[in-house]
Amino acid sequence: MRKPEPVQVIKTRRDAALRGLVESVPYIQYLGVQFDRRGDELTAVLPYREDLIGNPMLPAIHGGVTAAFLEITSIIELTWSSQWADMEEGKLAGDTLPPMPKTIDFTVDYLRTGLPRDAYARARVNRSGRRYASVHVEAWQDNHDRIFAQATGHFLMPTRDDG
Amino acid sequence: MRTSHGLATAQKAATDDRMITQNDRIKLARQFIEAIPHSRALGMSLEQIGDGIAIISMPYDERLVGNPATGVIHGGAVSALMDTCGGAAVMSHGDAPVGTATIDLRIDYMRAATPGQRIRARAECYHVTRSVAFVRATALDDDDDNAVASATGAFTFQRAKGA
Repeated sequence: MRKPEPVQVIKTRRDAALRGLVESVPYIQYLGVQFDRRGDELTAVLPYREDLIGNPMLPAIHGGVTAAFLEITSIIELTWSSQWADMEEGKLAGDTLPPMPKTIDFTVDYLRTGLPRDAYARARVNRSGRRYASVHVEAWQDNHDRIFAQATGHFLMPTRDDG
Repeated sequence: MRTSHGLATAQKAATDDRMITQNDRIKLARQFIEAIPHSRALGMSLEQIGDGIAIISMPYDERLVGNPATGVIHGGAVSALMDTCGGAAVMSHGDAPVGTATIDLRIDYMRAATPGQRIRARAECYHVTRSVAFVRATALDDDDDNAVASATGAFTFQRAKGA
Protein backbone atom coordinates (compact mmCIF):
# COMPACT_ATOMS: atom_id res chain seq x y z
CA MET A 1 0.00 0.00 0.00
CA ARG A 2 1.21 3.50 -0.89
CA LYS A 3 2.26 5.59 2.04
CA PRO A 4 0.25 8.82 2.32
CA GLU A 5 2.12 12.05 1.65
CA PRO A 6 3.25 13.94 4.75
CA VAL A 7 0.68 16.61 5.63
CA GLN A 8 3.24 19.40 5.42
CA VAL A 9 4.11 18.49 1.85
CA ILE A 10 0.45 18.64 0.89
CA LYS A 11 -0.10 21.97 2.65
CA THR A 12 3.00 23.54 1.12
CA ARG A 13 1.93 22.49 -2.36
CA ARG A 14 -1.63 23.78 -1.97
CA ASP A 15 -0.57 27.06 -0.39
CA ALA A 16 2.02 27.66 -3.09
CA ALA A 17 -0.54 27.03 -5.84
CA LEU A 18 -3.02 29.42 -4.22
CA ARG A 19 -0.40 32.08 -3.61
CA GLY A 20 0.79 31.83 -7.20
CA LEU A 21 -2.76 32.39 -8.40
CA VAL A 22 -3.55 35.34 -6.14
CA GLU A 23 -0.21 37.13 -6.30
CA SER A 24 -0.09 37.06 -10.08
CA VAL A 25 -3.04 39.45 -10.46
CA PRO A 26 -2.12 43.13 -9.91
CA TYR A 27 -5.72 44.20 -9.24
CA ILE A 28 -6.11 41.63 -6.42
CA GLN A 29 -2.94 43.01 -4.87
CA TYR A 30 -4.13 46.58 -5.36
CA LEU A 31 -7.42 45.96 -3.52
CA GLY A 32 -5.52 43.91 -0.91
CA VAL A 33 -7.75 40.83 -1.16
CA GLN A 34 -6.35 37.79 0.67
CA PHE A 35 -7.50 34.17 0.69
CA ASP A 36 -7.79 31.87 3.72
CA ARG A 37 -7.69 28.17 2.88
CA ARG A 38 -9.09 25.20 4.83
CA GLY A 39 -8.60 22.10 2.67
CA ASP A 40 -10.16 23.11 -0.62
CA GLU A 41 -12.44 25.73 0.95
CA LEU A 42 -11.45 29.34 0.28
CA THR A 43 -12.59 32.46 2.10
CA ALA A 44 -11.69 35.79 0.55
CA VAL A 45 -10.86 38.62 2.95
CA LEU A 46 -10.98 42.31 2.04
CA PRO A 47 -9.21 44.29 4.79
CA TYR A 48 -10.83 47.70 5.24
CA ARG A 49 -8.97 50.71 3.91
CA GLU A 50 -10.06 54.34 3.64
CA ASP A 51 -9.65 54.51 -0.11
CA LEU A 52 -12.30 51.78 -0.54
CA ILE A 53 -14.99 54.25 0.56
CA GLY A 54 -17.69 55.29 -1.89
CA ASN A 55 -19.71 57.52 0.40
CA PRO A 56 -17.70 59.50 2.94
CA MET A 57 -20.90 60.71 4.70
CA LEU A 58 -22.20 57.32 5.85
CA PRO A 59 -19.39 56.08 5.46
CA ALA A 60 -19.88 53.08 3.17
CA ILE A 61 -17.68 50.89 1.01
CA HIS A 62 -17.91 51.78 -2.70
CA GLY A 63 -20.38 49.58 -4.57
CA GLY A 64 -17.73 49.06 -7.21
CA VAL A 65 -15.31 47.73 -4.61
CA THR A 66 -17.96 45.29 -3.43
CA ALA A 67 -18.58 44.17 -7.02
CA ALA A 68 -14.85 43.80 -7.65
CA PHE A 69 -14.36 41.83 -4.42
CA LEU A 70 -17.19 39.44 -5.39
CA GLU A 71 -15.84 39.03 -8.93
CA ILE A 72 -12.29 38.35 -7.71
CA THR A 73 -13.62 35.77 -5.25
CA SER A 74 -15.60 34.07 -8.03
CA ILE A 75 -12.70 33.90 -10.48
CA ILE A 76 -10.20 32.61 -7.91
CA GLU A 77 -12.68 29.97 -6.67
CA LEU A 78 -13.41 28.86 -10.22
CA THR A 79 -9.72 28.65 -11.19
CA TRP A 80 -8.83 26.99 -7.89
CA SER A 81 -11.54 24.34 -8.12
CA SER A 82 -10.85 23.58 -11.77
CA GLN A 83 -7.13 23.09 -11.17
CA TRP A 84 -7.54 21.16 -7.91
CA ALA A 85 -7.26 17.66 -9.39
CA ASP A 86 -4.16 18.56 -11.43
CA MET A 87 -2.61 20.21 -8.41
CA GLU A 88 -3.18 17.16 -6.22
CA GLU A 89 -1.53 14.94 -8.81
CA GLY A 90 1.43 17.32 -8.98
CA LYS A 91 0.64 18.14 -12.60
CA LEU A 92 0.72 21.92 -12.26
CA ALA A 93 3.69 23.21 -14.20
CA GLY A 94 6.01 25.18 -11.93
CA ASP A 95 5.85 28.88 -12.60
CA THR A 96 3.37 28.97 -15.45
CA LEU A 97 0.03 30.29 -14.32
CA PRO A 98 -3.18 28.54 -15.23
CA PRO A 99 -5.21 30.51 -17.80
CA MET A 100 -7.97 32.48 -16.09
CA PRO A 101 -11.68 32.21 -16.90
CA LYS A 102 -13.17 35.31 -18.55
CA THR A 103 -16.23 37.01 -17.13
CA ILE A 104 -19.21 36.92 -19.49
CA ASP A 105 -21.62 38.70 -17.16
CA PHE A 106 -21.82 39.52 -13.49
CA THR A 107 -24.90 40.59 -11.51
CA VAL A 108 -24.56 42.06 -8.05
CA ASP A 109 -27.34 42.44 -5.47
CA TYR A 110 -26.59 45.06 -2.87
CA LEU A 111 -28.45 43.95 0.25
CA ARG A 112 -26.99 46.21 2.90
CA THR A 113 -24.52 49.04 3.20
CA GLY A 114 -20.91 47.87 3.15
CA LEU A 115 -19.58 49.08 6.50
CA PRO A 116 -16.11 50.52 7.04
CA ARG A 117 -14.61 47.25 8.23
CA ASP A 118 -13.22 43.98 6.84
CA ALA A 119 -15.41 41.97 4.46
CA TYR A 120 -15.41 38.25 3.71
CA ALA A 121 -16.71 36.26 0.77
CA ARG A 122 -17.14 32.70 -0.38
CA ALA A 123 -18.06 31.53 -3.87
CA ARG A 124 -19.76 28.33 -4.97
CA VAL A 125 -19.35 26.92 -8.47
CA ASN A 126 -22.86 25.81 -9.35
CA ARG A 127 -21.97 24.48 -12.75
CA SER A 128 -18.67 24.16 -14.51
CA GLY A 129 -18.77 22.73 -18.00
CA ARG A 130 -16.13 22.56 -20.71
CA ARG A 131 -16.93 26.04 -21.98
CA TYR A 132 -19.10 27.84 -19.45
CA ALA A 133 -19.35 28.10 -15.70
CA SER A 134 -21.92 29.62 -13.36
CA VAL A 135 -20.76 30.86 -9.97
CA HIS A 136 -22.66 32.29 -7.00
CA VAL A 137 -20.87 34.34 -4.37
CA GLU A 138 -21.88 35.90 -1.05
CA ALA A 139 -20.15 38.51 1.08
CA TRP A 140 -20.60 39.40 4.72
CA GLN A 141 -18.91 41.47 7.39
CA ASP A 142 -19.43 40.98 11.13
CA ASN A 143 -22.12 38.28 11.00
CA HIS A 144 -22.06 35.53 8.43
CA ASP A 145 -25.88 35.41 8.59
CA ARG A 146 -26.15 39.01 7.46
CA ILE A 147 -25.01 38.88 3.84
CA PHE A 148 -24.39 42.43 2.60
CA ALA A 149 -23.98 41.56 -1.07
CA GLN A 150 -24.34 38.57 -3.36
CA ALA A 151 -23.69 38.00 -7.02
CA THR A 152 -24.06 35.48 -9.82
CA GLY A 153 -21.62 35.40 -12.68
CA HIS A 154 -21.13 33.44 -15.88
CA PHE A 155 -17.64 32.72 -17.10
CA LEU A 156 -15.97 31.47 -20.25
CA MET A 157 -13.56 28.69 -19.32
CA PRO A 158 -10.08 28.70 -20.81
CA THR A 159 -9.58 26.06 -23.49
CA ARG A 160 -7.59 23.15 -22.14
CA ASP A 161 -4.64 21.76 -24.07
CA ASP A 162 -5.81 18.19 -23.57
CA GLY A 163 -9.06 19.03 -25.33
CA MET B 1 -22.50 53.63 -5.27
CA ARG B 2 -24.15 55.00 -2.18
CA THR B 3 -24.32 58.70 -2.03
CA SER B 4 -26.32 61.39 -0.38
CA HIS B 5 -26.30 65.08 0.18
CA GLY B 6 -23.04 66.06 -1.47
CA LEU B 7 -24.01 66.12 -5.12
CA ALA B 8 -27.59 66.97 -4.20
CA THR B 9 -26.34 70.00 -2.31
CA ALA B 10 -24.26 70.93 -5.31
CA GLN B 11 -27.29 70.58 -7.54
CA LYS B 12 -29.58 72.46 -5.21
CA ALA B 13 -27.12 75.29 -5.07
CA ALA B 14 -27.04 75.21 -8.84
CA THR B 15 -30.81 75.22 -9.33
CA ASP B 16 -31.43 77.79 -6.59
CA ASP B 17 -29.32 80.30 -8.37
CA ARG B 18 -30.30 80.56 -12.02
CA MET B 19 -27.24 82.65 -12.69
CA ILE B 20 -25.13 79.58 -12.13
CA THR B 21 -24.25 78.19 -15.49
CA GLN B 22 -24.18 74.63 -16.71
CA ASN B 23 -20.38 74.82 -16.46
CA ASP B 24 -20.53 75.65 -12.76
CA ARG B 25 -22.95 72.81 -12.26
CA ILE B 26 -20.56 70.38 -13.94
CA LYS B 27 -17.72 71.80 -11.89
CA LEU B 28 -19.60 71.19 -8.63
CA ALA B 29 -20.60 67.69 -9.66
CA ARG B 30 -17.04 66.97 -10.72
CA GLN B 31 -15.70 68.09 -7.36
CA PHE B 32 -18.16 65.80 -5.64
CA ILE B 33 -17.41 62.73 -7.79
CA GLU B 34 -13.69 63.31 -7.54
CA ALA B 35 -14.01 63.54 -3.75
CA ILE B 36 -15.30 59.96 -3.51
CA PRO B 37 -12.21 58.25 -2.07
CA HIS B 38 -12.35 55.13 -4.22
CA SER B 39 -13.23 56.96 -7.42
CA ARG B 40 -10.32 59.29 -6.79
CA ALA B 41 -8.03 56.33 -6.10
CA LEU B 42 -8.91 54.97 -9.55
CA GLY B 43 -8.35 58.40 -11.16
CA MET B 44 -11.95 58.78 -12.35
CA SER B 45 -12.78 62.04 -14.03
CA LEU B 46 -16.25 63.43 -14.73
CA GLU B 47 -16.58 64.56 -18.34
CA GLN B 48 -20.24 65.38 -18.62
CA ILE B 49 -23.28 65.43 -16.38
CA GLY B 50 -26.86 66.65 -16.52
CA ASP B 51 -30.49 65.59 -17.04
CA GLY B 52 -29.91 62.01 -15.97
CA ILE B 53 -26.84 61.41 -18.12
CA ALA B 54 -23.27 61.12 -16.88
CA ILE B 55 -19.98 60.39 -18.62
CA ILE B 56 -17.02 59.40 -16.45
CA SER B 57 -13.63 58.18 -17.63
CA MET B 58 -10.86 56.23 -15.94
CA PRO B 59 -7.23 56.12 -17.10
CA TYR B 60 -5.42 52.86 -17.84
CA ASP B 61 -3.44 51.86 -14.77
CA GLU B 62 -1.17 48.82 -14.35
CA ARG B 63 -2.41 48.36 -10.77
CA LEU B 64 -5.86 47.53 -12.17
CA VAL B 65 -4.71 44.71 -14.46
CA GLY B 66 -6.69 41.50 -14.07
CA ASN B 67 -4.79 39.32 -16.50
CA PRO B 68 -1.02 39.73 -16.21
CA ALA B 69 -0.48 37.79 -19.44
CA THR B 70 -2.42 40.31 -21.53
CA GLY B 71 -2.39 43.50 -19.43
CA VAL B 72 -6.17 43.75 -19.67
CA ILE B 73 -7.95 45.71 -16.90
CA HIS B 74 -9.86 43.61 -14.36
CA GLY B 75 -13.64 43.49 -14.75
CA GLY B 76 -13.94 44.66 -11.14
CA ALA B 77 -12.40 48.03 -11.99
CA VAL B 78 -14.87 48.39 -14.87
CA SER B 79 -17.65 47.60 -12.36
CA ALA B 80 -16.43 50.38 -10.09
CA LEU B 81 -16.52 52.81 -13.02
CA MET B 82 -20.01 51.68 -14.14
CA ASP B 83 -21.37 51.90 -10.59
CA THR B 84 -19.98 55.40 -10.02
CA CYS B 85 -21.26 56.57 -13.39
CA GLY B 86 -24.71 55.02 -12.78
CA GLY B 87 -24.99 56.74 -9.40
CA ALA B 88 -23.91 60.06 -10.93
CA ALA B 89 -26.54 59.74 -13.67
CA VAL B 90 -29.24 59.15 -11.04
CA MET B 91 -28.10 62.16 -9.00
CA SER B 92 -28.26 64.39 -12.08
CA HIS B 93 -31.89 63.45 -12.84
CA GLY B 94 -34.22 66.41 -13.16
CA ASP B 95 -36.29 65.32 -10.14
CA ALA B 96 -33.25 66.19 -8.00
CA PRO B 97 -32.89 63.23 -5.62
CA VAL B 98 -31.11 63.83 -2.32
CA GLY B 99 -29.40 60.45 -2.35
CA THR B 100 -29.06 57.15 -4.15
CA ALA B 101 -27.69 53.65 -3.56
CA THR B 102 -27.23 50.74 -5.93
CA ILE B 103 -29.89 48.04 -5.58
CA ASP B 104 -28.49 45.81 -8.30
CA LEU B 105 -26.12 46.10 -11.20
CA ARG B 106 -25.60 43.65 -14.05
CA ILE B 107 -22.59 44.01 -16.28
CA ASP B 108 -22.10 42.23 -19.60
CA TYR B 109 -18.49 42.05 -20.74
CA MET B 110 -18.48 42.08 -24.53
CA ARG B 111 -14.73 42.24 -25.07
CA ALA B 112 -11.45 42.95 -23.30
CA ALA B 113 -10.61 46.64 -22.98
CA THR B 114 -7.50 47.44 -25.02
CA PRO B 115 -4.48 47.77 -22.69
CA GLY B 116 -3.14 51.30 -22.43
CA GLN B 117 -6.43 53.00 -23.34
CA ARG B 118 -8.68 55.10 -21.15
CA ILE B 119 -12.11 53.60 -20.39
CA ARG B 120 -15.11 55.90 -20.65
CA ALA B 121 -18.52 55.04 -19.22
CA ARG B 122 -21.77 56.72 -20.22
CA ALA B 123 -24.76 56.09 -17.98
CA GLU B 124 -28.34 57.16 -18.54
CA CYS B 125 -31.04 57.21 -15.89
CA TYR B 126 -33.91 56.49 -18.27
CA HIS B 127 -36.79 56.11 -15.84
CA VAL B 128 -37.59 56.98 -12.25
CA THR B 129 -40.49 56.04 -10.00
CA ARG B 130 -41.15 57.54 -6.57
CA SER B 131 -38.34 55.50 -5.08
CA VAL B 132 -36.49 53.63 -7.81
CA ALA B 133 -34.24 54.78 -10.65
CA PHE B 134 -33.47 52.61 -13.68
CA VAL B 135 -30.12 53.00 -15.38
CA ARG B 136 -28.32 51.65 -18.42
CA ALA B 137 -24.67 52.23 -19.15
CA THR B 138 -22.00 51.50 -21.73
CA ALA B 139 -18.21 51.41 -21.36
CA LEU B 140 -15.95 52.25 -24.30
CA ASP B 141 -12.23 52.52 -24.95
CA ASP B 142 -10.77 54.30 -28.00
CA ASP B 143 -12.87 52.16 -30.33
CA ASP B 144 -16.19 54.01 -30.26
CA ASP B 145 -17.98 51.44 -32.39
CA ASN B 146 -17.39 48.39 -30.21
CA ALA B 147 -18.39 48.70 -26.57
CA VAL B 148 -16.24 46.98 -23.95
CA ALA B 149 -19.14 46.39 -21.57
CA SER B 150 -22.73 47.32 -20.97
CA ALA B 151 -24.66 47.50 -17.73
CA THR B 152 -28.18 47.78 -16.41
CA GLY B 153 -29.00 48.65 -12.85
CA ALA B 154 -31.66 49.68 -10.39
CA PHE B 155 -30.83 52.36 -7.84
CA THR B 156 -32.72 53.76 -4.87
CA PHE B 157 -34.13 57.22 -5.56
CA GLN B 158 -34.38 59.26 -2.41
CA ARG B 159 -36.56 62.31 -2.85
CA ALA B 160 -36.38 65.33 -0.61
CA LYS B 161 -39.07 65.35 2.13
CA GLY B 162 -42.26 66.79 0.75
CA ALA B 163 -41.12 66.45 -2.85
